[in-house]
Amino acid sequence: MDFEFTPEEEAFRGEVHKFLDENLPAEGGRDPASVAKWNKLVREKRWVGFSWPVEVGGGGGDIMQQVVLKEEMARRKAPPLGSCFMGLAWVGPAIIEYGTEEQKQKFIPDILDGKYQWCTGYSEPDSGSDLASLKCKAVRDGDHYVVNGQKIWTSIAMWSKWMILLVRTSANPDDKHDGITCLLVEMDSDGLEVRPIKNMAGGAMFAEVFFNDLRVPVENRLGDEGQGWRVTISALAHERSGIAEIHGLLRSLEAITELARTCRKNGKPAVEDPGIRRRLVKAGTRIEAMRLNGMRFLTKQLKGEKVGPETSINKLHRAALEIELGELALEIQGSAAPLMKGAADVPDDGRWQTFALSWPEVVIGGGTPNIQKNIIAERILGLPKD
Amino acid sequence: MNFGFTEEQDLLRAELRKFLDQNASLEQVRKQVESPEGFSRPLWTRMAELGWVGLTIPETYGGVGMDFVTLVVVLEETGRTLFPSPLVSTVLAAKAIEKLGSAEQRQRWLPGLADGSRIGTLAVLEASDRLDPEGIELRGQPQGDGFVLTGEKRFVSDAGKADLFVVAFRTGDGAEDVGLAVVERDTSGVSADDQPSMDLTKRVGRLLLDGAAVDAGAILGEPGVAWPTLAWLLDVGAALVAAEMVGAGEGALRITTDFAKERVQFDALIGRFQGVKHPLAEMYVDIESYKSLVYYAAWALDQDSDDAPLAVSRAKAYASEALPRIGIDGVQLHGGVGYTWEYDIQLYLKRSKWARPAFGDADYHYERLAALGGL
Ligand SMILES: Cc1cc2nc3c(=O)[nH]c(=O)nc-3n(C[C@H](O)[C@H](O)[C@H](O)COP(=O)(O)OP(=O)(O)OC[C@H]3O[C@@H](n4cnc5c(N)ncnc54)[C@H](O)[C@@H]3O)c2cc1C
Repeated sequence: MDFEFTPEEEAFRGEVHKFLDENLPAEGGRDPASVAKWNKLVREKRWVGFSWPVEVGGGGGDIMQQVVLKEEMARRKAPPLGSCFMGLAWVGPAIIEYGTEEQKQKFIPDILDGKYQWCTGYSEPDSGSDLASLKCKAVRDGDHYVVNGQKIWTSIAMWSKWMILLVRTSANPDDKHDGITCLLVEMDSDGLEVRPIKNMAGGAMFAEVFFNDLRVPVENRLGDEGQGWRVTISALAHERSGIAEIHGLLRSLEAITELARTCRKNGKPAVEDPGIRRRLVKAGTRIEAMRLNGMRFLTKQLKGEKVGPETSINKLHRAALEIELGELALEIQGSAAPLMKGAADVPDDGRWQTFALSWPEVVIGGGTPNIQKNIIAERILGLPKD
Repeated sequence: MNFGFTEEQDLLRAELRKFLDQNASLEQVRKQVESPEGFSRPLWTRMAELGWVGLTIPETYGGVGMDFVTLVVVLEETGRTLFPSPLVSTVLAAKAIEKLGSAEQRQRWLPGLADGSRIGTLAVLEASDRLDPEGIELRGQPQGDGFVLTGEKRFVSDAGKADLFVVAFRTGDGAEDVGLAVVERDTSGVSADDQPSMDLTKRVGRLLLDGAAVDAGAILGEPGVAWPTLAWLLDVGAALVAAEMVGAGEGALRITTDFAKERVQFDALIGRFQGVKHPLAEMYVDIESYKSLVYYAAWALDQDSDDAPLAVSRAKAYASEALPRIGIDGVQLHGGVGYTWEYDIQLYLKRSKWARPAFGDADYHYERLAALGGL
């Protein structure tokens, strides 16, 4: 066991430090201009798409460098590396792996530059956890696919220029994963309509998307026809430690601990309440367990072993923590908990109320806890499928 | 960066597994605990010959000189089959002597502990059941160059078979005026025996000291300044018990999972029902998570890292909450047979009851984390 970094890794960390010292925009003053400047600088450093191959314009960073970079960025609360969130997270990796030369040239530089947003059209009203049952239909017509059907929960659909879309091109009664095809769709096409959905926090960041004889050129198919399921599961060597998320959780916990020092419960600072204390340290313990689990996954990856279903461990922890931290922040506030932003007596201008209404983004959006437990039970413990 | 084991450590694990598969199936373990001492002497001696008893004792004193991370490998394996042995007790006694004892004292006791001929244990807790210095009320009355000890130590692991007890005693009225003495079993005024206890694989008992005289040669270090070392030993104890809890958790999960793959109800393997498979997945999540915390705690102790107490408390707190739950869920998921003496899952439930309070339960460690974290 050894938690030391090599001299090369430490040198790289030094380089990151130096860059941050010189270029990190102050936390208060993150206006669009300074963020645009930041985006340009990190793009020039090739830290956007840092793990992507150099040939496509990525940084070619190895796994440990990714860890160092993400850790330092998170520690210094730096803005994200690049602004095309889904493009960087999964659309880009899928195009790099399965795309044609033309597709790579057309899309990858724009993703790296953050020219526009991508959205993800996977879920349908009747296909959520059971995604492979999807029915949105595409029929080949000459050089085009004609798409009819509906998607739902499509995050940021209304602000996106392109969508990665899963459609059904054929049905195999023995295997529903077969016959799914992946298309890249321009959002301002005819036959495509976006209807935003308001969420329980009051915002609208996801939408329904309707397709009515939408015509998609065949050249915008990603991967082979019928192979869409494979295309969406990236095999690129991403680091799997979840470092960035852990830092986010730690920052929330720190802020909630501060809240517990200022809010009073039964005439004393809430932090002195045994129940609150216990929950604060328990959350911290769970985050530390996530960090160390991540280190173990990383060690496996560095040894060239595959890391797969065990990442559901940290997804379950994270889901539980997103809910618990929100609840804790509200309970610390006592009777102020049901107030909202703008109320005279709400701490931190209602930040925690919004926080406590946002957990579904992680808990439901990323595959529900029940599904994560199925993955562990079936793929790790070898229990029968349900 | 490598949060994994070395090739030697992997080899050690394989050897242990083979040894325990041959000698410590749960069926064999059940027989071993029936003996008066509650364990198998011949196996203990064999383990000592293989270097596993003296694993963490320095080579100069007949041990192998390995670190705690390596010992964790051993304890995960012994925990898995609930193997009864005074290993943790003996390691702790040896560490006390190694850390505070003079060269002469080490030479006197460590080789016997390393070769398995003598068994050692720590005697700290008293009626107050407190792990802090105030909990140590047993007074040492100065006499000659040593002390006379009178009082009672409780919840002493392996009290019935230990040959030497590392006894914590009070030397003065200052909060941390605590000394450590090595008290041999055959000293006049010493009596110790095991008490009836729930987990038959872990013997616990009482040590009665009635005017037991210890001379300067039996006092470890300067009298009255042993608390920091004792606090460290308690952390080591918590980490080692938690390491055995990793193995015990895996053992319980394993037999419950196997059961769920065999038992049929409603024309289906019960492992197909989510009311069965999800608790099993949760057990897995918890075990893997406190495993990570335990590995790190052992490493932090080895490195003498500043965050070792934090790391130990996180590991023991998590394990102390999780393993009892695993024991209960394990029994419940077996249905009626889970409640029988015959089925093995109950053995794990009982282990969790022993392990939970040992060196501090979740309440204790979470509160310590809160205090250490400045809450
Ligand atoms: C904030 C947010 C953003 C999202 N963004 C996107 C996006 O950009 N693109 C996109 O395609 N999708 C997106 N989604 C959709 C998301 O992937 C789905 O909501 C999710 O997969 C669950 O599907 P569902 O909503 O249909 O629920 P269902 O699958 O109907 O689940 C309902 C309940 O049943 C349980 N359940 C279902 N199957 C099982 C089973 N086999 N065993 C046990 N329990 C089961 C679930 O755990 C859940 O509790 C987003 C969702 C949210 C909340």
